This record gives sequence, C-alpha cells and structure tokens, in this order.
Amino acid sequence: MTIDTAPKQRWWSRIAHPGQFVAWTAPLLWPLVILTGALFVVGLYFAFFSSPEDYQMGDTVRIMYVHVPNAWLSQFVYGVMAVSALGTLVWRHPLADVSMKAAAPLGALFTALALFTGALWGRPTWGTFWEWDGRMTSTLILLFIYLGIIALWRAFDDQLRAARVVAVFTLVGAVNIPIIKFSVDWWSTLHQPASVFRADGPRMPGSILTPLFVMFFAFTLLFVTLQLKAMHTEIKRRRVMTLQRKAAQGAGT
Amino acid sequence: MIDLGPHAVFIVWAYVGVAIGVAGLIVWTMADARSTARRLAVLEARRSRQSSERVE
Repeated sequence: MTIDTAPKQRWWSRIAHPGQFVAWTAPLLWPLVILTGALFVVGLYFAFFSSPEDYQMGDTVRIMYVHVPNAWLSQFVYGVMAVSALGTLVWRHPLADVSMKAAAPLGALFTALALFTGALWGRPTWGTFWEWDGRMTSTLILLFIYLGIIALWRAFDDQLRAARVVAVFTLVGAVNIPIIKFSVDWWSTLHQPASVFRADGPRMPGSILTPLFVMFFAFTLLFVTLQLKAMHTEIKRRRVMTLQRKAAQGAGT
Repeated sequence: MIDLGPHAVFIVWAYVGVAIGVAGLIVWTMADARSTARRLAVLEARRSRQSSERVE
C-alpha cells in the first residue's frame, strides 16, 4: 500500500494556474467576440432607430447610450483591479498580478471616453463642456490614478515587486470610487443623481432603458473579452521574460 | 439616417470618438498579443534547438 503524500491542489488553485487559465479561457474568446459584436449591433439599432428622443433633452439623450456604459466601466474596471490587488497582497497569486496589469489600460481608456462623451453631452444640455464639480473632478482624478498605475508598472523591471507596489497604490486609490459614486449626493453639481439603479426603480421609460441596458452589456462584455486577451498576452510576456533571463544566464556561464 | 436634431454634431462626435477609442484599444490589444506570441515562439524554438543539440 502506498500513501499519497503530495499536497492536493484545490480546484480553484488548478484553474487559476496561469498555464491552465489560458487553456480553459482561450475557447471562450471567439464566443465572447461574437456575442459582444451582436450586442453592439442590436444596441446601436435601438439607440438610433428604435428609441424616442427625450422630452427635455431631445436627441442628445442618445449620447447616454455610450456615456453611461463607459462611466460604469471606468469604476467597474477599478473594482476588478482592487479585487486583484487583494489577490496579490493576501494570496501572492501570479494571476492576480496579471489581471491587475491587464485591466489598467482598459480602465484608463473607458474613463477617458466617459469624460469625452460627458463633455459632449454637457455642452448642449448644461451649456458647458466642463465644470469643476464633484462628479467630473473625481472622474478626472480616476483617469490620473489609472495613468499613474500604468506608469508604475513600467517603472519596474521586476514585475513581482511592481505588483506589490501597484497593489498598495490601487487599494489606496480605491477610496476615490465611493467619492465618485456619492459625489452627486454630497455636493451641489450639474450632474444628475442616480437614475437607473435606485431603490424606487429606474426613473426612465422602458423605450430608453432597453438601448441603455443592451449597450451596457455590450461594453461590459467588450471589457471581459479584451481583459481575457490582455491577460493571455501578459502571461506569455512573463514566459518570454523568463526564457530571456535563462538564455542570458546560460550565455554567462 | 434619422434626423438627430439641432445638436447632431455633439451626438455624432460622441459616437465617432467612442468608435475610434474602442477600435484603437482592440487593435493595440491584438498587436500586443501577436508580437508577444511571435517573440515567445522564437525563444521556445531556440530553446528546443539548444536542448536537442545538447542531447546529440
């Protein structure tokens, strides 16, 4: 009789192993691409051809269908990075480092697009592209935090050390997310308060909610697809760095 | 195309800007994936060639 003394890996440890992760998520990419593309086609059809103009804002309400999903992603991507940062600091998991690094440029772009579409919506609605109020200023700070995180990743050759520094910075920066969320309640602002996810239900009709939700899921799936692809690339980049280091060590001996 | 009213220019530029941004992000993600995969393939081919030479 033999006794199995090898430590047993839990199932989540197995699927979170970087090599295993690429193997089981790679077949998901094409279905995600097709689903995302289909949602964008349906969402854009609803946004332009099958939704009414707003009784006050007129056709400019159609900017909401790209502004709200980008604004949501600017905060959701940061949430993904903050959870990954915990994975880095608490469990020292390499996949958490990879997730954190892959998400930063995506979050930066979604934040920039939220600011861009917000400015273009603000001019005809409020009469100004920009106002230094709570919501807009805290979102601009979020963009600077993303850019700082991207710069930090690039400042370190040792990516393990970079991950720990970036994780701490990410968790400190996370304080900005509730500030963005509640800025419209705390301070006097041009920006409207929450009007979709409210305790008493959404404050807009179904004909406007439908394109908003379709575009919301289209953009969220776009992020999931790009995040997976970027994580695969980051895992390969780390393998490249390991092989280059081994080659350099071999050449030196 | 539907009539977008007096503020059409803001609506069109919002969608054009998002389209350019998203397209750029997709192209950058794919280009990064391809160049990294190519570098990895070259390094692994070199490594397997070196290990087979060592065996001989």
